[in-house]
Amino acid sequence: MSRHEITLKVNGKPHRLLVESNELLLNVLRERLYLTGSKYGCGIAECGACTILVNGKSMLSCLIPAVSADGWDITTVEGLAEGDKLSPVQQAFIDNNAIQCGFCIPGMVVTGTALLMENPDPDEEYIKDYLRGNYCRCTGYVAMVQSILDAAAKMRSSGND
Amino acid sequence: MNTRIIDAEYDYLAPQDWAEALDFAAGHPGVKVMAGGTDVLVKLKTGALPDLQYLLDLKRIDGLDYAREATDGSFHIGPLAKLSRLEQEPLILARYPALAAALQLMASISVRNMGTMAGNICNASPVADSVIPAICYNALLTLESRGRGFRTVPLEDFFLAPGVSVMESDELLADIMLPEPAENTGACFIKKSRVRPDIAKLTIGVKLVREGGSIRDCRIAMGAIAARPYFFREQSAALIGKEMTGRLIGETAAALADHIRPIDDNRTTAEYRKLITEVVAADALREAWHHAGGELE
Repeated sequence: MSRHEITLKVNGKPHRLLVESNELLLNVLRERLYLTGSKYGCGIAECGACTILVNGKSMLSCLIPAVSADGWDITTVEGLAEGDKLSPVQQAFIDNNAIQCGFCIPGMVVTGTALLMENPDPDEEYIKDYLRGNYCRCTGYVAMVQSILDAAAKMRSSGND
Repeated sequence: MNTRIIDAEYDYLAPQDWAEALDFAAGHPGVKVMAGGTDVLVKLKTGALPDLQYLLDLKRIDGLDYAREATDGSFHIGPLAKLSRLEQEPLILARYPALAAALQLMASISVRNMGTMAGNICNASPVADSVIPAICYNALLTLESRGRGFRTVPLEDFFLAPGVSVMESDELLADIMLPEPAENTGACFIKKSRVRPDIAKLTIGVKLVREGGSIRDCRIAMGAIAARPYFFREQSAALIGKEMTGRLIGETAAALADHIRPIDDNRTTAEYRKLITEVVAADALREAWHHAGGELE
């Protein structure tokens, strides 16, 4: 089995790591960089709990060999806030009490962030469809959809200042 | 089964260019090619690739993510073109709307940001979403190997069994080509699933070319009703030259439902597949005909 030296930029910080060919990006983020926000849920692209951003696009870190991510610029849920100031999506989730058990929330927030980068003015149907790969087993979807609508409105109004 | 890790041990190969990729594929028996990885990684984790020795990652190769029109009007899709990019490609939306519809209905946005159409084809699932409309649009694959060079395979002839295609272990899928549709072409893709991100219970694609009130060309394909993506070769050909009527649609839909021999599986039953085929086939034929500018009495 081969080992490979890779570089990753995670939440703006560069890392150099030696990884096994079968090591998963999710496990590198969680167990070696201690970024435990991204969750292991299903491991087979069904739940979205491990979602990260790569160049602004949402991807599933449980299905990416770490070696394959060599050179990538990655944002995890830990990288969304600016210091102590939560991102608009994070703040809206709190304001709407959109968090029940919390397990799916990092994936939801990251996917919601990607959504707003792609479409700053989404309607409810668009959001529901975009979140179709993120499962919440507490079934708290209504408040999450509302959170993303609120975050979108807030970002648009602050962008217009 | 532990999907938290990859249990298998293998070497990772990341060729820097296409020539090197062909060399690796030819020189390493037990190699598995990875484009987006959304199928390969799931298979790796679930033990479906017991003989894997080398994972060949195409990701480092520049220039394989193209989606563009050639001078002859045909449209070409590269092995690394992501599904989410193709579903928004203006020319695909305009000329191959049934393919765009299938792409948009696939899995989740994250999977479509990672996965490729080439991977969806090479994975050779009988229910591959992008394959059904691509068969209808006469997609032609170019396969390349170090030893035998290029060969082209019509997409409907590519599949043999679940996960098995005519592609040899030393071959790579070099290009997906969609010919320019004829004038008055209409198409429709329908997917039946419980909820959107699900793998389909059944899919159908229909493409019709209209000449006045008659059918000049017809291609019908279905997913999840046979051991491979199924092209209704004879049934499609039988419609060519006929005048389109509501009755012909009804008879054709019934004939398709009668012809198929689906199975029970995790997603639905053979009985459901039989019953629903007649309904969706009629819907798809009608919709494709309208889309081609045709009218029905």
